[in-house]
Amino acid sequence: MLRLLRTNAFRLAAGYFALFAASVLALLAFVYLSTADFVEKQTEATINAEIRGLATQYEQNGLHGLIDLINARIAGQQIRATLYLITDDRLNPIAGNLSAWPAATTVRPGWIEFPVEARDRDARETGSALASIFVLRDGYRLLVGRDLRDVTAFRSRFNHTLGWTALATVALGLAGGLFSTRNIMRRVEAMNRTSENIIRGDFSQRVALDGSGDEFDQLSANLNAILERIERLMTGMRQVTENIAHDLRTPLARLRARLEITLLERPDADRSLEALRETIAEADRLLATFNALLRIAEAEAGARRHTLALVDLAEIARSMAELYAPVAEEKGLAFTVETDPVIVVRGDRLLLSQMIVNLVDNALKYTSAGTVALTARRQGTLVRIEIADSGPGIPADRREVVFDRFVRLEGSRSTPGNGLGLSLVRAVATLHGGDVSLDDAYPGRSPRGLKAVFTLPASEGSMAPRLPPVALLRKPA
Amino acid sequence: MRILVVEDDAEAAAYLVKGLTESGHSVDLAAEGRSGLDRARRGTYDAMIIDRMLPGLDGLSIIHALREARNQTPVLVLSALGEVDDRVKGLLAGGDDYVVKPFALNELLARLAALTRRGNAETRLVVADLEMDLLSRKVTRAGREVELLPRELRLLEYLMRNAGHVVTRTMMLEKVWDSHVDPQTNVIDVHVGRLRQKIDKGFARPLLHTVRGAGYTLRPE
Repeated sequence: MLRLLRTNAFRLAAGYFALFAASVLALLAFVYLSTADFVEKQTEATINAEIRGLATQYEQNGLHGLIDLINARIAGQQIRATLYLITDDRLNPIAGNLSAWPAATTVRPGWIEFPVEARDRDARETGSALASIFVLRDGYRLLVGRDLRDVTAFRSRFNHTLGWTALATVALGLAGGLFSTRNIMRRVEAMNRTSENIIRGDFSQRVALDGSGDEFDQLSANLNAILERIERLMTGMRQVTENIAHDLRTPLARLRARLEITLLERPDADRSLEALRETIAEADRLLATFNALLRIAEAEAGARRHTLALVDLAEIARSMAELYAPVAEEKGLAFTVETDPVIVVRGDRLLLSQMIVNLVDNALKYTSAGTVALTARRQGTLVRIEIADSGPGIPADRREVVFDRFVRLEGSRSTPGNGLGLSLVRAVATLHGGDVSLDDAYPGRSPRGLKAVFTLPASEGSMAPRLPPVALLRKPA
Repeated sequence: MRILVVEDDAEAAAYLVKGLTESGHSVDLAAEGRSGLDRARRGTYDAMIIDRMLPGLDGLSIIHALREARNQTPVLVLSALGEVDDRVKGLLAGGDDYVVKPFALNELLARLAALTRRGNAETRLVVADLEMDLLSRKVTRAGREVELLPRELRLLEYLMRNAGHVVTRTMMLEKVWDSHVDPQTNVIDVHVGRLRQKIDKGFARPLLHTVRGAGYTLRPE
C-alpha cells in the first residue's frame, strides 16, 4: 500500500479524484443555494399574492366578506398549507385555521415566524410557519401565513439527498481511482518483476500478455521483442567472443612458440631475420582476421548505412570477376561471367565488391575441376547474383552453419581461409535488405557443386559512368 | 626526405619516427593538431603523415587549412578502419593517400614514396630495356613488342612509374583495380606472375622482382 502511494499512477488518480470531488461538491452547493433561496422566495410570493386577494375582498365587502372568503379558502384546502386567522382587538379568534394567535418571533417588520403543532388529521410533526400580520380597522387583526413543514421536509430531504450524493460520489470516485490504479499498478508491477529477473541475469523471462491488445499489451509485446533481439545479439556476441578467443589463441600461441624456439636455438643473423619475417607474416594474418571481423561488425551494425549510394552492381561483378579470371585460368577452371549491361542498386561499393570476391574466391578455392559461373541479373524488383561451381558442394544440413563466424567445414582446414568469408556475405546481404542462401548447383549429380544465391532490391535510376582510378588519370596531356 | 609526422599516440609516433629515420628520412614530430598545423605552415616538407584523430585540431581540418593556403605538400592520412569514409576519400582525391591503422611500416614507406613521385609528364616510361609509349600504349622489351591486356598494361604502367621502389599488393589493388577489397587469396600474385611471364621470360636479366614481406619492385637488375 505504501508503494502504491508513491506511484505516479496513484498520484495521478488521486489528483484526478480530488478535482472530480471538488467539482461535484461545488455543483451540489450551487444547487443547494439556488433552490433554498428559491423555496423561501416562493413562500413569500404565495403569501403576498394571497394577501392581495384578501385585501381586495376587504376593500369591497368589509370584514364579513373577508371572513367568508377565508372560510371558503380553508374549506377548499386538502391539507393545511396556507394559514389564516382573524382576531378581534383582544386577540380572540374570529375565523381561520389557527386555534390561537401565535406566540411568535418577529422575523422582520410585518413578518413573523411561529411554531405550529400537529392536529388530529394532520400526521405531520411539529414545525414552524411563516406569516404576515396586519392590523385592520377597529383593532381586528389578520394573519396570513404558510405552514413551512412541507418546505422544511423538502429542504431536509433535499439536504439528505445532497449529502448522500456527495458521499456516494466521493466513495465511488475513491473506489474507482483505487481500482484503476491498482489495475495499472498490477500490469506495471508484472513488467517490473520481469525486468528485475532479467537484471538478475535470467534472460529467458518474458512479460506476460493478457491478450487484450491494449496499450499495455502492446508495450509488453514491444518489450518482449526488444528482449528477444537483445538475447539474440548477446548469444551472437558470446559466440563470437568465444570463437575469437579460440581462433586467435591458436595463431598467437604459434607465434609465441616460434619466437621462443628461435630464442632457444640462438640462431645466426640470417636465421633470426627469417624468424622475424615469419613472425611478421603470422601477425599480418592475425590482423587480417581482425579486420575481417571488424568489417562484418560494421556491416551488421549498419554503421555504413549512410554511405549507401547508387552503384552499378553489374560493373562491380565484372571487375571483380576480371580480378579473379587469371586465378581460374591457372587452376584450369572454366570461369564464365554473364551480367546485364547495367544493374543499379543502392549499396556500398566496397562491401558489395567484397561480397563477390568472397563468393568467387570460395568457388575457385574448392573447385578442383570443371566450371565456375557468375551471373548477375535483374529480375523484376530484385537483383539476383549467382555463383555456381562444380566443386564438392555442402551437405544440406550444413548450409546454414557455414554462415556463422569462424565455421570451416571438415576437409577445408587445409585450404587457406579464416572462416569469415560467408559471414561477411550474409552481413552484406542484411545491410542491403537482401538475402543469401546456398544450394546444389547440379542437384542429383556428383559432384553436386555449390550455388550461392545473393539477392537484393533493385534500384530505379541511372548511373553516371565511373571514372578510372585517379592515379591513372594523371597521364601526359 | 623531410617529413612531418603529426601523431598524438606516443607509441605509434615513436614507431613512425624510428621507421622513417631508419629509412633515411629526417622527421619532425608534432603531437597535437594546432602545433602540427603551425609546423606544417612554417616548415617546408616533402611529405606529411597526419593522424586523423588528434587533440586540438583533427587531421582533416589541418589538411583543409593547408590546402586553403595553397600548400600542396603530399599528405598521407593515418586512419582507423571505421574512419575511412567519403570525407577522407574526397579530401584525398587530389592524389594524396591514406593508410589504415594498424599499418605495416613497409606499406607506409611504399605509399610515402609513391606520393612524392607524381606529376611527371613524360610520354615514355623506360626501365632498362623495357619501354612503354604512353600515347600509343605500346610496350617493348629490347626492341621486341610485348602484347599486354589492358589491365596488365595499367599494372605495368604503375610499376614503371614507381620503378626502383617497392609497390605493395594493396597499393596495386587500389591504384590499378581501384578497389579496397581484401582479396582472400593472393590474387595479385597471379596477375604479377602473368605480367612477369610476358616481360621477363626469355631474358637473362629479370626486371620484376619480388620483395619478401612487402610486395614487388621493377628495377633494372
